[in-house]
Amino acid sequence: MTDVLSAAGLTKQFAKDDQAIVALRDFSLTVEEGSFVTVLGRSGCGKSTMLNLLAGLTEPTEGVVSYRGEKLTGPDIDIGYLTQSDTLMPWRDVQRNVEMPLEIRGVRADERRTTAAELVQRVGLRGFEKHYPRELSGGMRRRASLARMLAGTPRTVLMDEPFGALDAQLRTELQEELLQLWQGSGQTVVFVTHDIEEALLLGDRIVVLGKLGRIVTDQKITLPRPRSVDALRVDPAFVGLHTAMAAALKEGSS
Amino acid sequence: MTEQLVTPPERETADAGTSGPVRIPVERTWWQRHGRTATVWGVRLLLIAVLLTAWEMTAGSLFDITFTSKPSDIAGRLGEWSGDGTLWQHSWVTIQEIVYGFLLGAAAGALAGFVLASLQLAYRVLDPFMMALYSIPKVALAPLFIVWFGIGMHMKVLLAAATVFFLVFLNTAAGVREVDRGLIDAVRLMGGNRRDIALKVVLPSSMTGVLTGLKVAIPYALIGAVIGELVASNQGLGYLINDAAAQFDTAGVFATLVVLSVIAGVLNVLVGLIGRRVNRWKPIEAQG
Repeated sequence: MTDVLSAAGLTKQFAKDDQAIVALRDFSLTVEEGSFVTVLGRSGCGKSTMLNLLAGLTEPTEGVVSYRGEKLTGPDIDIGYLTQSDTLMPWRDVQRNVEMPLEIRGVRADERRTTAAELVQRVGLRGFEKHYPRELSGGMRRRASLARMLAGTPRTVLMDEPFGALDAQLRTELQEELLQLWQGSGQTVVFVTHDIEEALLLGDRIVVLGKLGRIVTDQKITLPRPRSVDALRVDPAFVGLHTAMAAALKEGSS
Repeated sequence: MTEQLVTPPERETADAGTSGPVRIPVERTWWQRHGRTATVWGVRLLLIAVLLTAWEMTAGSLFDITFTSKPSDIAGRLGEWSGDGTLWQHSWVTIQEIVYGFLLGAAAGALAGFVLASLQLAYRVLDPFMMALYSIPKVALAPLFIVWFGIGMHMKVLLAAATVFFLVFLNTAAGVREVDRGLIDAVRLMGGNRRDIALKVVLPSSMTGVLTGLKVAIPYALIGAVIGELVASNQGLGYLINDAAAQFDTAGVFATLVVLSVIAGVLNVLVGLIGRRVNRWKPIEAQG
């Protein structure tokens, strides 16, 4: 497997008055093509900063992000990014929101409509095409965001606690749907979360971050797929991993 | 490579619907639907009727009609002026001044607000100057405008435009500067350039600010135009007020004021209509 996305020696500082706040220090990571990497870390450990850098939204103070062997200098349409908060355009209905990446790429209107309609159906939002984001529930907005991201046909997908604000049932439901969408797609996923269970359920590989993005643990998850939350909870292998990750998180924060 | 994605099992639309609010049709009588509006309008009309009657009754006894006139006289004057065309001629002049002044000021203000607020540095440099100019009472500009443009319609149009400009400018700029950073980043991630960001995010997002500006500015267009006419003119409703007052014709002054408030009311309704169209996506409570 080849490396798709790699970060080398990333440091990010935010200047404020005479001081600089360090959010990430000397962070390095390589992600292999087609893998599902979950990044686990507590709030404020630089997870979002890291993803923003990987997405090309912000420039690192030091270090380089490379995508498919080339230095990343700005957002790349081949990388999809599902942010923590909803960034659907409130003045566009679901259909037009999903069409947006195609619109920017200059795809013809009828073609846009067909693709968007298909995606809306795939994420389970059929019948809600003409609804504005504020008329949807949190879970439906997430689905719409997911459809919009997929409309851009990214080969690499970054996700920042996408289901963090949802209730437990809905989260489980969407996690399973995400796995279904990903399996066999060949897409590479970097999924950031603070939830150990979620990280173990979804990923092929788990990276635990400590303070300032220090990598505490980086290991493969060999639990067989398809995985389901209920079965996993009583699986001794899962329980062992869970305990180890909890310990790693604790170690990372000290 | 979404083509390769596995399609999840077919799900019913109702499934996604369970995670959101449910809509059901409700039977309501005419009164339940419109009762509140009807009551409000009823009380409004009653209030006007009571005030006018009280005014009419007390005129001549409690008040001197030389100073306060009375509703029947005012109505009579309106009829007389409307008959000989005075009313229409002067109203038309004032309406033109308001409309041209408003359009000119609003267009310039929205454009300047949009462009300047998009240029961070330019905005920071010019902000204090704009505030200083905004704070000048526009009446104080009238003498200067007379020197520059004469006492014709141009001067009133420009005086109204100057007032409208700053209100629309400041509100537009505020709207542009409050655009959600996350939405801009979303467009950047889709590969959008500066033009896409300006047209697809900043413009629709700042519409709320622009509309607030337009709404606030409407009465000021009227003020600008009428003040211009009061200072120096030979036609328009402001001239009519001055002329009537000079002849101690209070009924004429009041009649003109009635016409002015009708014009203001119509203008406000117009802006309300635009706002409703543009803000369809907003929660119903936030639509103004």
